[in-house]
Amino acid sequence: MSYNFKETMNKPERLAPGHRMCAGCGGTIAVRNVLRGLHEGDKAVIGNATGCLEVSTFTYPYTAWEDSYIHNAFENAGATLSGVEGAYRALKKKGKLDETYKFITFGGDGGTYDIGLQSLSGAMERNHDMVYVCYDNGAYMNTGIQRSSATPMYADTTTTPVGTQSNGKPQNRKDLAAVIAAHDVPYVAQTTFVQNFKDLHIKAEKAIYTPGAAFLNIMAPCPRGWRYNTPDIMEICKLGVETCYWPLFEVVEGKWILNYEPKKKLPVEDFLRPQGRFKHLFKKGNEDLLEAFQKEVDRRWEELQFRCSR
Amino acid sequence: MAIALRQINPDVFPAFPITPSTEIPQYFASFVANGQVDTEFIPVESEHSSMSAAIGASAAGARSLTATSSCGMAYMWEELYIAASNRLPLALALVNRALSGPININCDHSDSMGARDSGWIQIYAENNQEAYDNMVQAYRISEHRDVRLPIMICQDGFITSHAVENIELLEDEEVKNFVGEYEPENYLLNPECPMAVGPYSITDYYMEAKRNQAEGMRNVSRVVLEVAKEYAALSGREYGLFEEYCLDDAETAMVIIGSAAGTAKDAVDKLRAAGEKVGLLKIRLYRPFPADEIAAALSHVKAIAVMDRAEGYTNHGGPLGADVMAALFRAKSDALAVNYIYGLGGRDVRVEDAEGVFATLKQMIKDGDAGETYRYLGIRE
Repeated sequence: MSYNFKETMNKPERLAPGHRMCAGCGGTIAVRNVLRGLHEGDKAVIGNATGCLEVSTFTYPYTAWEDSYIHNAFENAGATLSGVEGAYRALKKKGKLDETYKFITFGGDGGTYDIGLQSLSGAMERNHDMVYVCYDNGAYMNTGIQRSSATPMYADTTTTPVGTQSNGKPQNRKDLAAVIAAHDVPYVAQTTFVQNFKDLHIKAEKAIYTPGAAFLNIMAPCPRGWRYNTPDIMEICKLGVETCYWPLFEVVEGKWILNYEPKKKLPVEDFLRPQGRFKHLFKKGNEDLLEAFQKEVDRRWEELQFRCSR
Repeated sequence: MAIALRQINPDVFPAFPITPSTEIPQYFASFVANGQVDTEFIPVESEHSSMSAAIGASAAGARSLTATSSCGMAYMWEELYIAASNRLPLALALVNRALSGPININCDHSDSMGARDSGWIQIYAENNQEAYDNMVQAYRISEHRDVRLPIMICQDGFITSHAVENIELLEDEEVKNFVGEYEPENYLLNPECPMAVGPYSITDYYMEAKRNQAEGMRNVSRVVLEVAKEYAALSGREYGLFEEYCLDDAETAMVIIGSAAGTAKDAVDKLRAAGEKVGLLKIRLYRPFPADEIAAALSHVKAIAVMDRAEGYTNHGGPLGADVMAALFRAKSDALAVNYIYGLGGRDVRVEDAEGVFATLKQMIKDGDAGETYRYLGIRE
């Protein structure tokens, strides 16, 4: 698929400026770039789980969404869009609607990995013609940086604070892309902000235009929660990929495909060092924690390579 | 209920099984399987999702509904409020069942009574004929432009839902014409004008949103009566906000909801035959609560028993008791009134039980005192 950066970026914005998301927020970068995957002229209904994105883009009486948009609650973005898509099919069947609509829903990792998992699983299993996009910033950022099952091991969050008896979150993060792939949906992909958004753009377009259920997991850094220098977001994402902490892959009709293999896999500490939430890992005496983190990244990377080699 | 839904032919029906409402989606699924309706039936993975999907479908511009009972309703609780605040005219076929625990599959009204403040219209049925008739009238009330609120059509689990009764059905075409096409003004799938649903609304607008819902509720009684009048012309069956049974000259009366009204009517007939001036008021529309009309209908009654098939844990009675007592107080009534909790978890209510209540009321008049106003009927103390 050819990708023209300038052309893609010049598409009309479907999330208007003027919303109240933080400067440098990864969530809005994810949303704007997913929506660029829509073909001009195609209509869409956008769903949204409760979270920063919802409260900051649809504060009554203002909306930043150019398309029809529905927020229902925290844990039911999957089910809500199932109903919207069901309505679309019903109205089409009854000859009440001529236009083509696409259905895309956004949720943070809290609304997707945790409280919304059942609703998401149901929507995926029923194979509604929709895309569920998780903008994964690895914690409940809207309520003030509490740990979620997407939070990486050892991250300092407000519910897994680093203390004399604590090194941050004790558990590893859930591999949600693999969980959704196990639903045997037509399309699952993991991406982030690299390669001038080429990877994200191609995957968004594929997800939107693949008939049936699709799932996109997008690493979307949160400058407040991760505590890095806000303008460095692209560098952070690049390090996530180059260290194989956040590999780029897709699962097409059950076939795992690795989209990028770094020429030289960087140590994960390069990704962790710029982030305040991992500051304690670099204190003297915590070398074993860094080692354990690296070991887990290596294990998952090998597992992914194995899946993709079959 | 399922037959009414077949005749209505709604656009979207998401559902999840729970006893005793399961048969409604189950029958409906066979209508879908056999091409008798062209509804999108979505067998979701939970009741939270059935209501969520019904909300999504309704916001999208489709006529939608779901069905549930008991814990299923409890699970969709937050969604009930969201449906109402979004002013979505969707329906819920509720087959009343006790809430856990202990887990119990039989009838009481604890599920819908708990949701009485959620912003839904609630209409109750005594028998299958009423459940059918209420369902056929539901969308006409809920979609009315002066109302635009979700509607709960309630019937008693097992006692009504699994009863074998002969009922009179309208012709399919009659129902179709009576219910009419759904023509929403604003909806997600309107190609002419996109819409955003479900805003974040804080101190500056939240209260106005709630006040607007209350305004819709204020119009419900009028619309219920208008729709009932049209329905009577079509079906020959008359409905009001409530039913008055031998109430005109009654000295003692029972206020009751649901199937037990049928049992109590037997007691009324028996006592009337013996010359007792007893009567009954059966609630049909419970939300909004027609307080003034009920107080007026009871204004001549000397002693009243309000029958609650749900606990309120107020230490002075159940929800219907509180509503009726408040209505009587507002009307400056000097009637003696007591509140009974009965039939929890499907506990049988017999004609003799109802006769006992009337005997108590008679005694109260004689004593000039209601005594303990918070009582249990048919309990092993």
